[in-house]
Amino acid sequence: MTAADALAPGDAAEAVVAAVLADLGRGHRGVIVDSPPGAGKSTLVVRATAHLAAAGDRLMIVAQTNEQVDDLIERIAAKHPHLGVGRLSAATYAPSARVLAHPQVRVAQKADDLAEQPVVIATAAKWATLTDGSWTWAIVDEAYQMRSDMLLRIAGRFDKALFVGDPGQLDPFSTVEVERWAGLTWDPMRSAVSVLLAHNPDLPVHRLPVSWRLPASAAPVVARAFYPFTGFRSGTGPGDRRLELRAGGMGTAHDRALEEAAASGWALYELPARHTLRTDAEAVRATAALAVRLLQRGPVAHSEQGSAEVGADRIAIGAAHRDQVAAIRAALGEEGAGITVDTANRLQGREYDVTVVLHPLSGRRDATAFHLEAGRLCVLTSRHRHACVVVARAGIPELLDAHPSTEPVRLGVPVKFPDGWEANQAVLAHLAEHRVAAG
Amino acid sequence: MTDTAPALDRLRGDAPPRNHDARTIAALTANPGCARRGLMDAAGVDKDAVARHLGFPAPFGQSQFAITRGNGFEQQVKENGCAELLTLLRERAGLDVAEVAYDDLEVVAGGEGRELRHARTRALLGRALDGDAGTLFDHPLLKLDIAGQPAYLEPDVIAFQLAGRFHVVEIKSFAVIDGQAEPEQVAAAARQAAVYVLALRRLVAELGHDPARVSHEVFLVCPENFSNRPTATALDVRPQLATVERQLARLTRVDRLVEALPDGLTFALGEELPETVRAVEARYAPECMASCEMAIFCRDEARACGATGVLGRSVRDDLGGVDSVAAALELADGTREAPPELAELAGQLRTAARLRAEALQLAAAGGVA
Amino acid sequence: MSVLTSLAQVQAAAAGVAQPVATVRHCHLAAAPLVMVPLKMAGEAAAPLAVMLGSDRAAPELLAVPQPRNRDLRFAFAAEFAKLVLEHVAANVGAAESLGEGKDGEERVRYTEAPQILLPNRGGVGFLRLLGRSTRFRRTEGPYAVEPAVPALGRWLTWYADRHDRPGSSLLLTMTETLRLHWATGQSSLEDGNLAALVGWIDPPDGLDGPAAARRAEDPVASPPAGPATDPTFDNEVLAPAIAAYDGAGRDPRAEERVRDALRGQLAPTWDLMWRSVDLLRTLPEGGSVARRWERDRDGFTWFHRSFAESLPQPRRDIAVRAARRLHDLERAQDAYEAQRAFDDPLVMIEHRLNGLAFGGVVVGGDPARLDESGKRPKLRPHLLVATGDPVRLDPGATVVNAARPGLKGRVLEVGADGVLVELTGGMGRGLVPAAGSVPQVGERVVFTSLTEGSFGPARFPEAEDTPWTHGGPPAEYVPTDEDAQEDWS
Repeated sequence: MTAADALAPGDAAEAVVAAVLADLGRGHRGVIVDSPPGAGKSTLVVRATAHLAAAGDRLMIVAQTNEQVDDLIERIAAKHPHLGVGRLSAATYAPSARVLAHPQVRVAQKADDLAEQPVVIATAAKWATLTDGSWTWAIVDEAYQMRSDMLLRIAGRFDKALFVGDPGQLDPFSTVEVERWAGLTWDPMRSAVSVLLAHNPDLPVHRLPVSWRLPASAAPVVARAFYPFTGFRSGTGPGDRRLELRAGGMGTAHDRALEEAAASGWALYELPARHTLRTDAEAVRATAALAVRLLQRGPVAHSEQGSAEVGADRIAIGAAHRDQVAAIRAALGEEGAGITVDTANRLQGREYDVTVVLHPLSGRRDATAFHLEAGRLCVLTSRHRHACVVVARAGIPELLDAHPSTEPVRLGVPVKFPDGWEANQAVLAHLAEHRVAAG
Repeated sequence: MTDTAPALDRLRGDAPPRNHDARTIAALTANPGCARRGLMDAAGVDKDAVARHLGFPAPFGQSQFAITRGNGFEQQVKENGCAELLTLLRERAGLDVAEVAYDDLEVVAGGEGRELRHARTRALLGRALDGDAGTLFDHPLLKLDIAGQPAYLEPDVIAFQLAGRFHVVEIKSFAVIDGQAEPEQVAAAARQAAVYVLALRRLVAELGHDPARVSHEVFLVCPENFSNRPTATALDVRPQLATVERQLARLTRVDRLVEALPDGLTFALGEELPETVRAVEARYAPECMASCEMAIFCRDEARACGATGVLGRSVRDDLGGVDSVAAALELADGTREAPPELAELAGQLRTAARLRAEALQLAAAGGVA
Repeated sequence: MSVLTSLAQVQAAAAGVAQPVATVRHCHLAAAPLVMVPLKMAGEAAAPLAVMLGSDRAAPELLAVPQPRNRDLRFAFAAEFAKLVLEHVAANVGAAESLGEGKDGEERVRYTEAPQILLPNRGGVGFLRLLGRSTRFRRTEGPYAVEPAVPALGRWLTWYADRHDRPGSSLLLTMTETLRLHWATGQSSLEDGNLAALVGWIDPPDGLDGPAAARRAEDPVASPPAGPATDPTFDNEVLAPAIAAYDGAGRDPRAEERVRDALRGQLAPTWDLMWRSVDLLRTLPEGGSVARRWERDRDGFTWFHRSFAESLPQPRRDIAVRAARRLHDLERAQDAYEAQRAFDDPLVMIEHRLNGLAFGGVVVGGDPARLDESGKRPKLRPHLLVATGDPVRLDPGATVVNAARPGLKGRVLEVGADGVLVELTGGMGRGLVPAAGSVPQVGERVVFTSLTEGSFGPARFPEAEDTPWTHGGPPAEYVPTDEDAQEDWS
């Protein structure tokens, strides 16, 4: 047990945040904060924003999508209603209601129009269109998902930066051959953080130690599988969260899976072994039906934040491929209206009470690197505050067992951890204890 | 695992077990799902001889130009007590190999047995572990249990540095050009080096020391650019180590395969060999051609029964587990009634077939969509 | 890979002959391409052994190194090779079209031709890349001087290899990749890498089917490998004795001829296959956007040729800014190429139809003259109902264009049992009455797709001297060194 583990979760997290804020004043050009799922990354961004703005520094904030920009604006404005925030956006952007709700936020297409705003926020793509202007500080959010070439395009705009992100999620990718740059410290395919550290190895790296999202049932599983070296813990204890199903069940396999998830935080709804198409109709139906059935069971989430009904907006379904997402959406129908269905890529950074996941390896005859990618499974199994139901065909252990491990190796490229195979194995071993066979 | 050893010996017939080396052990990771390969490897069957006997010799010939170049390079690196290698490890790789003892474990008394050489490696290693002298071991002989059979391994060299960690050095004759090398060749080297690290770690543990004293970082020594000058590159083999360990553990579970075999089955070269080989299921994929001596036989067999696997793993996966070419086609053109579990696939194949036919018809008619 | 190509492969396996996966040719084929079949010495990174090359199928040139370990002979080979490659380049310089004045007031031009190179496979590209790398830094004076053509060859080969990475470029094509873009065989991609086997499936010789032709192609005696790696048995049994004889005979021309004969025997079958492949590709009509992509290739050629004299050899590795810029260029090219191929070829567009991002069918109803009068001014907004059996996965509101005429734009209103209802929004002329022939009529076959070309805009990058601290700061200016120029080539 380290010293940090001996502290109460809130104190341990606060100690790290305080250390980060202190480091901002120590003359480092960059400060990096690794944040496991739900560890208060956005809260940190809001606090760092206020901290830097209070010091009188011009601050730019870089997020990866318009949705993430609006999320941050909403959080900053709610916490600091008198802080002037400029939202720089493309001509095609229509300000969302949650941005318009805050009179302190000014929307403009040109940076010149926001010269008076102490804080300017935009997507990385928008920042990359600027040819001049300079800010003392930048906060780069989701920095592990930002490609190094994007950082190259915007780094001229700031002197110093705070990089915040989750190293366990999906890596940047490209549709073209990128071997040419393998091994270079400035390989454009590396993540922004990786390139930054390769050239500035002395920058301080902090790690948020507590996940406030993941319940006590999930944090150790996710930490072991995807953050084997650093780890993290849950901010809540075993009894602090409870998922109640108010409507009684009928003892069907769906009901039993949901009850298992409510009781233990996890369920593996296992369909008979079979090799299938990606859009395995039976698995798609089961995934949609479990989400719909969950709504019908009148779920209520009891947590440190109080008790609240779990509506469709608090449920998400995750899958690996877009065609699976389309098929699941179609299968949800009217009864499942309002439930989020998306790919792992698009679920990054989002949070729900309950998630239903179609396992990327379900029904596959041969696993590819795509299906095995640790980041994909990490995103899918770490979005929930209460429970996660995984839908899969039997046979994944055999598939993993037969997987040939002959990936090419490029000189000078840092080894990626965790290995997808090991991570999949770890998650599966845990899920096996929560298995409910399809009826 | 000792329980299955006699059964595995029987499988081999009269032939002595084929000695595994780092390359064949590394090859175990290539297609772990193949029962045929798993069984033959576990029993130490000479797959090359079997393949030749079956009339499908493995196309793994080597050009004498490549062999000459490889030997020449290794010799050059190791000349004068590894002088060139030492300079490299000191300067290029930043290793603090200060006072270095050089031990060539090969030139003891000539003609000695492997067990003796292994014992000598063990003794020298034990001394190095207790002291702190920088040491280069040339031609050490390590031992690793493969499904109950000892396999002797000869790493190129092992370097021992003052910080107390051993590093395996792997000498390869493929070029590193401007810091890059063929990823497949590097991967193969990394897998082999991982086998050495594993064997060395087991030995260190046997000697009562912390196996972590053998570093997962190995040094790859290759010709630089277009010259004969060696260059050293550090390589982290942790992923390969995990894989090799996994597959070795799996080999010891070969008893399940053995149990399922008919009595008296043997891979001895003879009339019954084709039948014997066919009695054990293979899992052929085109990737086998790069690593398994049996590949051409298995490909022929898979083609003969119209298996979709011969078209590639991704094709087989796209076809949602339909194993045969004929079945896939009949589902696509609707001549085969799809059982319920294949209904969805059949639907997709029919749509695909219709779209293809439509587009080809249109092109034949000279129009564009 | 997709279900469609997998199905084509299954069909090929059953039929015993390759099946088309394209109905038009998606690459440019020059009138006189330079065909090259290179061989390298086994065990060496880039030691040339021989190359057969030329633009006349009846009269190939053979260049060979009788003793590949001899540095002088290698450079002599490089000089001869350079002469032929540079001649090919020069033959395509001359006529140019004017593009008017650029921003700097300089007259901009584009050569009307560009020199195309055809190689058997990707291994050949890798070899040329390395050969380029080993020759481009050489100096023409001082110690280890080489002929002026040698470093020029190095720069051109490097440029060709770089162009090959660019999706849709036809300056350097490999035959196996190009054929696979148009035909699917009943064997795996691994076996397709063997040019003889691939051509055997596409166009089996008389009396054989695809599998039989491919089997024959795997016998290295009947069908020597297409390089750059040689057959080990040939090396051991034919080449090594011939080279030894050459060494032993004091470099006797007859001994040299024996080496050349041996190598000619290895290269000639592939030379024939290359030209047969060209014939096969020429049977396909050229795709609609091939000329446009070839224009980009000609731009690239014009620029490289015109700036050749004042430029330095390409550096060993890309600096940060160049790497990022290049990745962006490649991604843009890829995006455009994928879309263009689908628009050019209904057999490619069906990939998108099967994925639900495009749909095809017959116009069964709608309102071809519909006006939307809800706003201040009426707008022409015809409705089309397209009956389709395709698995449509487009949401209402999705923007689509007509695959045959991408100028015709619309959006999906509804996906129902009787078809997809599309509202047309543009590409029908300026008036309130659609231009003649612009709106598909009832009974007409149409394909609409959400695919767009050019969704990927250009991007700004800092100059190299402004490389930020996050990427190591400005790199040292690249200057070729003596060490580069005198590098061993052993």
